[in-house]
Amino acid sequence: MQTSATYYAFKPFNIARWVIWGLFAFVLLLAPKAFSSNFSISMLTQMGAVMIVCLSYNMLLGQGGMLSFGHAVYTGLGAYIAMHTLNAAANGLLPIPVSLIPLVGGIGGMFFAVLFGYVTTRKSGTTFAMITLGISELVFAMSLMFSGFFGGEAGISGNRVFGQPFLGITFGPPIQVYYLTATYTFICVALMYAFTRTPLGRILNAVRDNPERVEFIGYNTQQVRYMAFIIAGFFAGIAGGIGALNFEIVTAEVVGAARSGAYLLFTFLGGATFFFGPIIGAILLVLAYVLLSEFTKAWLLYLGLVFLFMVMFAPGGISSLIMMNLRLAAFGRLRHIWVAYIGLGITALLGLAGVAAIVEMVYHLQLDAAMGPEVRFAGFTLNTELSHTWFGCAMLVVTGFGLFELARRQYVHDWGESQEFIEKEIKRREEAL
Amino acid sequence: MLSSGLTLIFSMMGVLNFAHASFYMIGAYIGFTLNSVLGFWTALLVAPLVAGIFGALFEKFCLRRVHKFGHVPELLVTFGLSYVVLEIVQLVWGRTAVEFQPPNELQGPAFTLIQNSVSGLSLVWGVASSELCQASDAAVRVVCSPFPATRGFMMLVAICMMLGLWLLLTKTRVGLVIQAALTHPETVESLGHNVPRVFMSVFGVGTALAGLAGVIGGSTFVTEPAMAATVGSVIFVVVVVGGMGSLAGAFLASLLIGIVQTFAVALDYSVLSLLQSMGVSVGVASQDNALLKLTISQVAPILPYLFLVLILIFRPRGLLGKRET
Amino acid sequence: MNALELKAIHKNFGKTQIIRGIDLAVTTGERVAIIGPNGAGKSTLFNLISGRFAPTSGEIWLSSQRIDGKQPFEINRLGLSRSFQITNIFPKLSVFENLRCAVLWSLGYKYSFLKFLADLDDANDLAQHYMERIRLDKKRDVLAMNLTYAEQRALEIGITIAGGAEVILLDEPTSGMSKSETLRFIQLIRQVTEGKTLLTVEHDMGVVFGLADKIAVVVYGEVIAYDTPDAVRSNPKVQEAYLGSAKSH
Repeated sequence: MQTSATYYAFKPFNIARWVIWGLFAFVLLLAPKAFSSNFSISMLTQMGAVMIVCLSYNMLLGQGGMLSFGHAVYTGLGAYIAMHTLNAAANGLLPIPVSLIPLVGGIGGMFFAVLFGYVTTRKSGTTFAMITLGISELVFAMSLMFSGFFGGEAGISGNRVFGQPFLGITFGPPIQVYYLTATYTFICVALMYAFTRTPLGRILNAVRDNPERVEFIGYNTQQVRYMAFIIAGFFAGIAGGIGALNFEIVTAEVVGAARSGAYLLFTFLGGATFFFGPIIGAILLVLAYVLLSEFTKAWLLYLGLVFLFMVMFAPGGISSLIMMNLRLAAFGRLRHIWVAYIGLGITALLGLAGVAAIVEMVYHLQLDAAMGPEVRFAGFTLNTELSHTWFGCAMLVVTGFGLFELARRQYVHDWGESQEFIEKEIKRREEAL
Repeated sequence: MLSSGLTLIFSMMGVLNFAHASFYMIGAYIGFTLNSVLGFWTALLVAPLVAGIFGALFEKFCLRRVHKFGHVPELLVTFGLSYVVLEIVQLVWGRTAVEFQPPNELQGPAFTLIQNSVSGLSLVWGVASSELCQASDAAVRVVCSPFPATRGFMMLVAICMMLGLWLLLTKTRVGLVIQAALTHPETVESLGHNVPRVFMSVFGVGTALAGLAGVIGGSTFVTEPAMAATVGSVIFVVVVVGGMGSLAGAFLASLLIGIVQTFAVALDYSVLSLLQSMGVSVGVASQDNALLKLTISQVAPILPYLFLVLILIFRPRGLLGKRET
Repeated sequence: MNALELKAIHKNFGKTQIIRGIDLAVTTGERVAIIGPNGAGKSTLFNLISGRFAPTSGEIWLSSQRIDGKQPFEINRLGLSRSFQITNIFPKLSVFENLRCAVLWSLGYKYSFLKFLADLDDANDLAQHYMERIRLDKKRDVLAMNLTYAEQRALEIGITIAGGAEVILLDEPTSGMSKSETLRFIQLIRQVTEGKTLLTVEHDMGVVFGLADKIAVVVYGEVIAYDTPDAVRSNPKVQEAYLGSAKSH
């Protein structure tokens, strides 16, 4: 699949704009009706918070060209500040209602972004990435030192239910936390989208594309980066505050490198080149960490492999794949290629199923051998001791990927045809102007 | 040792390899397996080769593909690799540490430093006998510090590696080709050198070195899945502090950081005790101040990162680095 | 008052002396072409003036302001703008966006994140105006990286002048262009830099003699002649340096 210079013209007409935002609000409002168990609602809340984080991260990565390995520092520190404020409020020291706690988290995140951002944004590129890594490790290591603020190993816990209920809302039940989160999510997403349409947002893009040239049109590149960093830190802190409310506990791992890595991975997976990419990434993040980890012990392996393949074959992420196909659809070429897609899909599924079966069996041998030789996989029971199980899986892999290769060639051919058609069509339309 | 491999890869290809520590881990685990089958010394030779081949294959199939997308995807792909390697290692060898013992020749101390408060400092090869270490007279203090043979071996190999690399790069034709290919790959290619293969071998050598370090480190310290993570961040610090692209800098920085950390852990002073020893009277409230109560040994873990950040701010080239990215 | 003045400029890179003492004064509204053999230091001179490097010694004055040692963005804000020999645009932004970015600072919008670009009528109008002047208005929404080479060079010029700077530096604007493209491009340059002070580095002698009021000949980091085109053409030192190439068009 080529990431050729495609004709990205995402110009929603005014009506389309209202429709899309309306749809988004609609989904946010009604999601708990579709997924109504407390577990699901908690997941939805997490998704809302992570959406804010990933979008704020993409402000740096996709819009500003700044690769940060330490974004969790700002969500985490925001969470800590929010938690301390929550406890202070619960003890009557600060008259702050629970609903504003995420905002406090945001201010906390912003404060640290102002502090650390100054030195971080003085450099760019790889050096910038290294500084963020260093600060991330620094803060994480400090979390064990300052147990007053960080609460040591046990972290800081709090209670989001205190004081008088407001209009019957105590924020005790998860559904209420969800709606609070949904409100914040909607507002934050809207604000971050609005940012992309402001002078600073656009100049940030220019800095991403050509930092040196920006200086020659009158802008101080470092200042631009610093401001973007602070704004991203603000939104990151809000998400941290939501997390503090949702889990009612904050531990050191919220500032850890593993979490920063997860934000990076999933923002990239969702796609850094389009605004909505990180939203997809956020949903996948929560799904993977909460659900996938339950289904299989090999989930980190799958994650790593998916990420590797994404970087190699589709660096624009899922959102770019969607947009490329939307472009096909816009030119009426989608129907020519959906057959190839089905072929690709089925063969890939076969091959991957074989691989997954083998992986699961190996994991089982490694970790649960004491539980006997049987592994449940996709409704089947596989016996790891029988050699024909292994053989069968291996055959599945071979046939699956063999057929995939055939399907792939067909796909590449069809894709190329469609691209040619589109190029010609664009030229024709240009000349007609 | 690790840092020299990483420096090699970075200076040659401009790629910061996140998975470098993963190759360290691969070397250790493969060395462990081979050790039980073929013995330590064979493992020492073969495991790095395996690591190197993995590295070369990775370069050929993965890194090269993303090279055209820019530096960020390159970093990301090595980042993804580190995840995958971690999982595969856990898959094959389990999640707990494995017993990787150094060979008999390297067990025990290489030499022992005996500090006798009466007769002064003396050195004894091998193990010091118990009579030498315990004073019959209670007034005499004797401290015996055995210097493990494994550490000695490690230092020896590290120094040989550094020297070898430095010689290779500066004195041999291969080294010149590599240096040229870094900045002007097309020109070098038009001169008839197979540049992709050069990059592949450079990467392979870098990872092989990491594997070598893994065999030695794994047998000296512990061989477990977390080893990549614990080692990984420090080697980055070393490479950056030393100056990305400078072997001598990496050497210097690793020494510096190693020394600082050892001393920091050994010393147990805090700012508070420092102030008190200076005769500054500190109010009772401040005495409880968390910041002042911190002892240096508690601060020790963050020192490398503090270094990293400070260096990146004030001297981004590193101590001896040549290029700033 | 001179629009641009260089006094005793020296620049060393390590031990190598690139610029060995240059004095130059450009009057307001003048068009000066800088010519010289490769490696003479012409691009370095531009880099010094526009703030990419600081001179080792000497002074650079922009009207009544001293600008040597200042950062590029500071110099730009004082009214000097430059283009680059290797096209330096914003590849993932459209033509229109490229130009709009170029006008934002000069219109005073600074680091604003509280206004919407779509509402900035003056910025949008100005960007549209420049887009028409460089004749890329048909390619308004095309991403800059998808333009042809000549179109990208035109955009480069557009970005350079859109900020409204009074002193324009063009570094080999026609490099890589065919004869016909060059002719058209020179027309464009003449039109868009009407009334401004222009400094260009050029190798194409036809361009130089057609465009410039004065020519500065730079050889080995020094100005060996600074005069009207005819005077330069008949200057023996110049002829020596070029071994007769000054006669070719």
